[in-house]
Amino acid sequence: MAVTDVSRKAAAQSKLPSWVWDAWRIGSSAIVTLLGLLALTFFMGRMLPIDPVIAIVGEQADASTYDMVYKQLGLDKPLYVQFGYFMRDMLSGNFGNALFTGNKVSDDLMRVFPATIELATIAITIGVSVGVPIGVLAAVYRGSPIDHLARILGLLGYSTPTFWLGLMGLVLFYAVLGWVGGPGRLDVFYIDIVDRRTGMLLVDAAIAGEWEVWQNAFSHIVLPASILSFASMAFISRLTRSFMLAQLSQEYILAARVKGLSKWKVIRKHAFRNIAVQLVTVISLAYVILLEGAVVTETVFAWPGFGRYLVSGLLAGDMNAVLACVLIVGTLFITINLICDLLYRILDPRTR
Amino acid sequence: MTTAVESEKGGLAGYLTAEVSRSPTQASLQRLYFGCRRFAQNPLAMIGFTILMVLLLIAIFAPWIAPYPMNEQNLQTRLLPPSGDHFFGTDELGRDIFSRVVYGSRITLQITTLVAVIAAPIGLIMGTTSGYFGGWTDTILMRITDIFLSFPPLILALGFVAALGPGIRNAVIAIALTVWPPIARLARAETLTVRSSDYIAAIRAQGAPAWRIVVKHVMPMCLSSVIIRITLNMAGIILTAAALGFLGLGAQPPMPEWGAMLSTGRQYLLGSWFLAASPGLAILVVSLAFNLFGDGLRDVLDPRDE
Repeated sequence: MAVTDVSRKAAAQSKLPSWVWDAWRIGSSAIVTLLGLLALTFFMGRMLPIDPVIAIVGEQADASTYDMVYKQLGLDKPLYVQFGYFMRDMLSGNFGNALFTGNKVSDDLMRVFPATIELATIAITIGVSVGVPIGVLAAVYRGSPIDHLARILGLLGYSTPTFWLGLMGLVLFYAVLGWVGGPGRLDVFYIDIVDRRTGMLLVDAAIAGEWEVWQNAFSHIVLPASILSFASMAFISRLTRSFMLAQLSQEYILAARVKGLSKWKVIRKHAFRNIAVQLVTVISLAYVILLEGAVVTETVFAWPGFGRYLVSGLLAGDMNAVLACVLIVGTLFITINLICDLLYRILDPRTR
Repeated sequence: MTTAVESEKGGLAGYLTAEVSRSPTQASLQRLYFGCRRFAQNPLAMIGFTILMVLLLIAIFAPWIAPYPMNEQNLQTRLLPPSGDHFFGTDELGRDIFSRVVYGSRITLQITTLVAVIAAPIGLIMGTTSGYFGGWTDTILMRITDIFLSFPPLILALGFVAALGPGIRNAVIAIALTVWPPIARLARAETLTVRSSDYIAAIRAQGAPAWRIVVKHVMPMCLSSVIIRITLNMAGIILTAAALGFLGLGAQPPMPEWGAMLSTGRQYLLGSWFLAASPGLAILVVSLAFNLFGDGLRDVLDPRDE
């Protein structure tokens, strides 16, 4: 790694440990990227063909009202001052009001985010518990039918439009077979029974001890979560396979086998331990990518989460809501990448 | 002399398989030939290739293949299930879904081609400039690339569509803006390996200006890997375009775009599932074909995986 080399040189000159330099370099580049992110969203907001003042005061407003709002929004100031205001607002979590809900965007986000977190967490659990074993098996039995099956599954995962899969899943499992609950988070008569604590229904129902509600919520979440997990399953199994293959060709594996350890013990205790760090990175990336999948999955399943909020904001032309969502996903993406990068350096001694 | 006689006997096949190639043209044709043979031995890749060729033919001959005009409404035959008259059934306005799917192939091909034509040059210019000049140019350009890479593609595309307004033209621009960054990274990496080679030093010593070196001598070296990369991205482009259409932000009705068709199909889902089934299946088949084709192409051109 080039960063590590530079850090080593710098560390040698300054007598500081090299990980301090690593952390500084990675951290500062993340901050620069974050500033860029803010600039990009700022310009997205300025590209808008709609006059932001008219969007607030309406077409019939007189000139003095127009001027007042114009000044309130800071539009009379030069662009860099406006960008300063924008940065101050965004960094303090003041995303303005969402016109289509009438609430503050930050309040709306607090309300919708738990629903998405709940969905994405279950999806990633399914993705990991299916994807990792498939990837390991495909690597161990390379070239066997299992490997081919894993490849086909992977290709399908990369090629299937999730929204179509969701619609077909609804027809089959909800309308025809009746195995799962329909769109939404609960059936109508279960709504508002449990108090909102975390916003995650399964958790809230469990805390309240309302197991009937819990069951209903579970029957509603199982299909969207499975559909959402499909693409990440493909992603995780494919990478697990290639990490595992790289380990299995190493000599220490052969040495352990020669010493008389059983095949699966070597795989479990030696090979798998070595890919664990890489897997954590992949899984956390997959988790953020799920947020992208959530946009369409939530639309299909009328799931009142972050993705549906973003789409409603888009269709209503509400720039405050859209920019806040875009900015938050970007920030999450950078943060998770940053954490992975640091974790990688801490857990894997070879990168030092 | 004997080899020459033999190759004359063998005609084209002999020319392509000759042990010693006699001209640069023959050498590159031979490479192409062996590449194609390798590709043809990969059954999955051939399936992908065949599907894409069929798609191209369907798009070209759409008016002859489709049994009905794509926007012909007939309210007496609305929401009919699949039958001999209407292979995929009819939609909520009585339009033949099969015909609309056939015409939709044109839109899909247009979107993917346009995105490739817009994104590839941007990525190529950013990457080669960044790699060739290095220093601050490199830092700034790559930082910009990183910023674009720090969004999941669909979210970034949604942001741009929000700023530009919905519609198919803006969807193409928005998708292209999400596709160029990985290409720029790739082109930069290729440029870095080329930059220090002797032939570049020779051209520089002859006094060629930097832009000329970049355009005429660096870019051609990056072109092949950029093309592979774009092919591998095609499936993702199709899915993003369809998702935008589905969300109502890409192609607008009555355009027979597959994603937009799914979106109307959703409203009639429980009564008439076939409205959504076939356009989605079409998206799946085409993006699967691109994935298979891209995988095969990578196996041929980058055999390190074996």
